[in-house]
Amino acid sequence: MTQSNPTVQKPVTPLAEFWFYFRQNRGAVIGLAYVAFIVMMALLASLLAPHSPTEQFRDFILAPPAFSDGGSTQFLLGTDGVGRDILSRLMHGARLSLLIGLVIVLVSLVMGICLGLMAGYFGGVIDTAIMRISDILQSLPPLLLAIAIVAVLGPSILNAGLALSLVYLPHYTRLTRASVLAERNRDYVVASRVAGAHAWRLMFITILPNCLAPLIVQATLSFSNAILDMAALGFLGLGAQPPLPEWGTMLATAREYIQSAWWVVTFPGLAILSTVLAFNLMGDGLRDALDPKLKQ
Amino acid sequence: MSLLSIQDLSVTFGPFRAVDRLSYEVNAGEVVGIVGESGSGKSVSSLALMGLIDYPGKVTANELNFEGMKLLEMKDKARRKITGDEIAMIFQDPMTALNPCFTVGDQIMEAIAVHQGGSRKERKLKAVDLLRQVGIPAPEERIKSFPHQLSGGMSQRVMIAMAIACDPKLLIADEPTTALDVTIQAQIIDLLLDLQRQKNMGLILITHDLALVAEAADRVVVMYAGQVVETGPAAEIFARPSHPYTEALMKSLPESSQGKARLDALPGVVPGANDRPSGCLLNPRCPYATDKCRTEEPELIETDGRSVRCFTPLTQQEDAA
Repeated sequence: MTQSNPTVQKPVTPLAEFWFYFRQNRGAVIGLAYVAFIVMMALLASLLAPHSPTEQFRDFILAPPAFSDGGSTQFLLGTDGVGRDILSRLMHGARLSLLIGLVIVLVSLVMGICLGLMAGYFGGVIDTAIMRISDILQSLPPLLLAIAIVAVLGPSILNAGLALSLVYLPHYTRLTRASVLAERNRDYVVASRVAGAHAWRLMFITILPNCLAPLIVQATLSFSNAILDMAALGFLGLGAQPPLPEWGTMLATAREYIQSAWWVVTFPGLAILSTVLAFNLMGDGLRDALDPKLKQ
Repeated sequence: MSLLSIQDLSVTFGPFRAVDRLSYEVNAGEVVGIVGESGSGKSVSSLALMGLIDYPGKVTANELNFEGMKLLEMKDKARRKITGDEIAMIFQDPMTALNPCFTVGDQIMEAIAVHQGGSRKERKLKAVDLLRQVGIPAPEERIKSFPHQLSGGMSQRVMIAMAIACDPKLLIADEPTTALDVTIQAQIIDLLLDLQRQKNMGLILITHDLALVAEAADRVVVMYAGQVVETGPAAEIFARPSHPYTEALMKSLPESSQGKARLDALPGVVPGANDRPSGCLLNPRCPYATDKCRTEEPELIETDGRSVRCFTPLTQQEDAA
């Protein structure tokens, strides 16, 4: 007879378990790596960037990128219509785009969680009021609503961020409410009530942690949406105002060179595309790792 | 003075009376069993006692006193303080009664923190000690476990540890063993009764399990469709059931049908909100029902420390015969 091993198996920490499932998805890991790369780039933009993002080199207007005919290593990705280095602008633009994405997601996430918790927990009139307002917000085309809000508040990067936060708010409210409804009648919530917990404690400490998984996924996925919509608003001239190096605004000012200087419009577009793709891949991996239904 | 005294407690949901004029008392160190089929109002009455019935449910009572304090007239906050400190509850399904997001240690320590305070280190020691008291092996390791890493029996032990964390005077166990398998059931009940004796707590044991009540309880309350049909000392009730419903419940135990081809089951189900019979609520299912039972509603009548809600109690018939 073989001797059974008496050592107790160490419980797997939630983080280790999460990483195990996240690692299964190769695209997600690549996405995560790329996101980390972009974040580093944004953080170190002032050290890494070869030039100032707003300095105009009048002698090098529309200089082609280094690897094409007539390019020089001074401007690796070429210069734009007023002689600014595109690489430097993209690096500084990453800073702006990520920051805006983060702020939009955080603002709408926090507000959505609060509203969703109240709607789900209290029910009744509060629930109806919050959810009907969400319905109204969701029944308008999102970009149109954002444009309308910016048009009222005036075009600036802050107002565009506010408008987009408001547009994304109903998603989080709904998601939170649905999870809260599922959790609020569980025995552990009742047990907390028996132990004397008050409503706010029940909502934020007992119930909320159990609702976080879908919210984290939604937040990552809409991070890329936020960047995309911000770029769209920038393209329409309603977001960041020149000379701020925002990716969407860069695209907008590059419109007239589409035929003559392809690099001015291509690189900001590629930056947006790759970043959004990386965030989506990462979000998919997160969902796989956090959703118990998808686990084997 | 009794620990808990309930007089005419009713819980209504609109026109439907889920609990109808329930009265009983629990003394310190006493085990009161509440039995009845599913839907007879056992759980609802204990939720009402804890103040957990939400709108549209409505709770009324002539008296709902805990140690002489009138619970129904108290402010919400003061009541929560009392129910949290002095009354604890154990639930039917231990797997859902623990918060899946926190380790069991955190959850026990939270209960201690709210009601007794103390530094983190003291609370941790107390949590380990509580887990040891409820018979969990290697408690120092186990407080780091998450609920999904524990078996059902273990989780129920953790629930019991949480319940006794603040030394309650009254413990409500709402079908504490229904979700567990038979061997574990016995262990959990033994543990509960041990702790109850050690700490001289009042224990309200809500269950389907008549054998368990017969063995463990001092007094029994038999409920049917929200009403008390019979109460009294456990030993007497099980020796000589007075109400036809109690008798039927006992007949439906497998032990009492030994040698028979079929179990003596009570036909029909507990009446719900829309199919209440007139007269005695049991009359469509009662083998002894008379015309009087179909038209008039019997009252709960007390004789010699036992109460029964029946026009023709079985014990009286025996005495007459």
